[in-house]
Amino acid sequence: MRTTERPAVPARSSVPLTLRLNGREAVFDVEPEVTLLDLLRERAGLTGTKKGCDRGQCGACTVLVNGRRTLSCLALALPHAGDEVTTIEGLANGEKLHPVQAAFVEHDAFQCGFCTSGQILSAVAIIAEGRADSDAEIREAMSGNLCRCGAYPNIVAAVAAARDGMAGGRGAVKAAQGAR
Amino acid sequence: MSTTIERPAAAITQVGLPLDRVDGRVKVTGAARYAADAPVEVPLHAVLVQSTIARGRITEIDASATRAVPGVVEVLTYHNAPRVPALPFDFTVPVQEELAPLQTSEVHYDGQHVAAVIAKSFEAAREGAALLRIAYERYAAEVTIERAHQVDVPEQWFGDDAQTRRGEPEAAYAASAVRLDATYVTPAENHNPLEPSVTVAEWRDGELVVHDSTQWVRGTRAALAKHFDMDDERVRVIAPFLGGGFGCKGFVWPHTVIAAMAAKITNRPVKLVLTREQMFTSCGRRSQTHQRLRLGASRDGRLASVLHDVLSESSRVGTFVETAGGVTTMLYDVPNVAVTHRVARLDVPTPTAMRAPGEAPGSFALGSALDELAYECGLDPLDVLRRNHAAVDPSSGLPFSSKHLLACYERGADAFGWSARTHAPRSMRDGDELIGWGVATATYPAMRSPAEARVTLGADGTIDVASATHDLGTGMYTILAQIAADALGADPGAIRVRIGDSSFPNAPVAGGSMSSASVGPAVQDAARRARLEAVSIATSVAASPLHGLREDDIDARDGVLRAKNDPSRAIAYADVVRLGGTGAIEALGSAAPGDESEKYAFHSFGAQFVEVRYDEELARLRVSRALGVFDCGRILN
Repeated sequence: MRTTERPAVPARSSVPLTLRLNGREAVFDVEPEVTLLDLLRERAGLTGTKKGCDRGQCGACTVLVNGRRTLSCLALALPHAGDEVTTIEGLANGEKLHPVQAAFVEHDAFQCGFCTSGQILSAVAIIAEGRADSDAEIREAMSGNLCRCGAYPNIVAAVAAARDGMAGGRGAVKAAQGAR
Repeated sequence: MSTTIERPAAAITQVGLPLDRVDGRVKVTGAARYAADAPVEVPLHAVLVQSTIARGRITEIDASATRAVPGVVEVLTYHNAPRVPALPFDFTVPVQEELAPLQTSEVHYDGQHVAAVIAKSFEAAREGAALLRIAYERYAAEVTIERAHQVDVPEQWFGDDAQTRRGEPEAAYAASAVRLDATYVTPAENHNPLEPSVTVAEWRDGELVVHDSTQWVRGTRAALAKHFDMDDERVRVIAPFLGGGFGCKGFVWPHTVIAAMAAKITNRPVKLVLTREQMFTSCGRRSQTHQRLRLGASRDGRLASVLHDVLSESSRVGTFVETAGGVTTMLYDVPNVAVTHRVARLDVPTPTAMRAPGEAPGSFALGSALDELAYECGLDPLDVLRRNHAAVDPSSGLPFSSKHLLACYERGADAFGWSARTHAPRSMRDGDELIGWGVATATYPAMRSPAEARVTLGADGTIDVASATHDLGTGMYTILAQIAADALGADPGAIRVRIGDSSFPNAPVAGGSMSSASVGPAVQDAARRARLEAVSIATSVAASPLHGLREDDIDARDGVLRAKNDPSRAIAYADVVRLGGTGAIEALGSAAPGDESEKYAFHSFGAQFVEVRYDEELARLRVSRALGVFDCGRILN
């Protein structure tokens, strides 16, 4: 007999939850075990965030919580009441792509595209954190995002190009000064 | 030497350009809908429960705790699942596992689906699945390839002979001055695309609509139609985007059938996503191989004989042959060759094709043996490869459609710096690290399969291309837009490509690296026919500025037909459609392999150079450099 030693499950009640989701207030009723990832995909209809492993290993589910890179599959939704959550759907300004999105297209930084949402959100955050000043630094900071197609060289190129195109080309200036 | 491809009607200007992916924007904005993102209204969620024994039968299923979970709707097991037939593997009904799911209490491998818990939320289904209690009676199981009792000897696989020989390989081996006898073992490998396998199934008025992460919408349609005893046309399979596949989504696996069953029994849409853990037993893997290679050669490294014996594994409920010996029959100029393939039947999940099935482990073994032979002969390994270069296909005697392998060796050696290599083992060192350099040949057959496509010119200026092919990240959307643009004389930006829907014209499995060569010519043909129809209208309708001209007098560029000798006489495709009065110009095109494969052998080739560094004190081995130089035919983008 296969035994699964778990207590019987009590009837769970849902709890109201309010988030700032891509700049707008969003209200849900969620059970305590719902992850941020499943909330986004199954309840908020934001399917751009992907479930690749559901165990924090692949990075496909990366979103920004208050600007910080977060694996949404390992985050329960309820503790994020009041937080500002940014997903891939919240990056573009209308028809105008975010510079990182545009750089990913221009540098062909993906093939199948399944890891791309997570890659782009990680890239946005590491550029903002100032952790994208060299190719080696980009590779290290992006190492939590797997690409099974192997588009890594183009991903590094896209992140570097976006960095140079943003914030007055801070990285380019630093590089020119021999800072790294 | 190249094969004849019918010249397109218009000049080639787009094919070969580095056009950005036309599906790039939807992929970077999260708008691309993969199977699990299907816009299905309020689906139920199914979570699979898998066997925990390798062989035996289920004696009891206790679903009381599962059913007590709020939100659980149904527990699907062999007791209540709809009856579906087991299907034999067939290239038109591509079910890799000849085991209909949830039909009996029998367990054939660890990780077999034995139940599906269906609930209103994913969380409830997952909780219910964890609480399902299943008791088994265990039978003795065989899971070790070296100790398999049942070993099959397949005659054929994928239309090729699995047992081949030419010349007198045993005698030539025995008579050779240099003999090498080595066995190479390669491990099982799992595909694990980043997107796990998914099926979202819905029954609408007796028709089955399935959003499936499949590399073959038409194959999945055929299998589901057979399982549920329906006409193909009443099943629709949709897969506009895949998060990779690498072969594990090429054929149809039990979870897809279970999702359709679950939707049928609940009369609701059902979403079933395999967990990452389930991916290891639910949709194949590359079989492990044990390969014995015997090489007989002269002192100068010329091969006289190769005997290549391959043992791979398969399950007892499905057949797959890892044809690792295939490369040995054609890669080098060897007069005497024997290749055997044997398959151990084990109580394990069924393996399947994984990226370069056969070639990948076979090239590793053959390449390793040749490297060892080079040391036996005291020769540069690259010289051994060159000396055994095959100018024609030794398995058929046919010339190659093209082959530039010697140029690959030369260019690769130059770029890698191969001439600086020293031969003796342990003679290359950098500080604490020993350095090793290796070279090997890469090859893969260039295949084609029949395909169809439809091109529609609309009165509003739209150009629509449709085919039931796929884009796994391979760029299919983009190259089809480029091919259609050239054949029509139009801007690729004006072309909308729609693929990944079984209701579109037929296309083959997106496998075997053959989709571009199969579907590309079909799109070219459909676009050429659409252009000819437009020219026919433009030259025959009195109101047209091109009235009275012949086809040869007309050029097409940027979506406009023009008189060659008077560019002021011009009409856009959209205006031709309006003149024609039929609302749209629609053309079906097709392409299929001709007799070219009776005249030429089709393969791509390449040379691989790799450097590894080994720190003896730390026992740390690292690949520090890898270089590939490939002769891969015409680059489309």
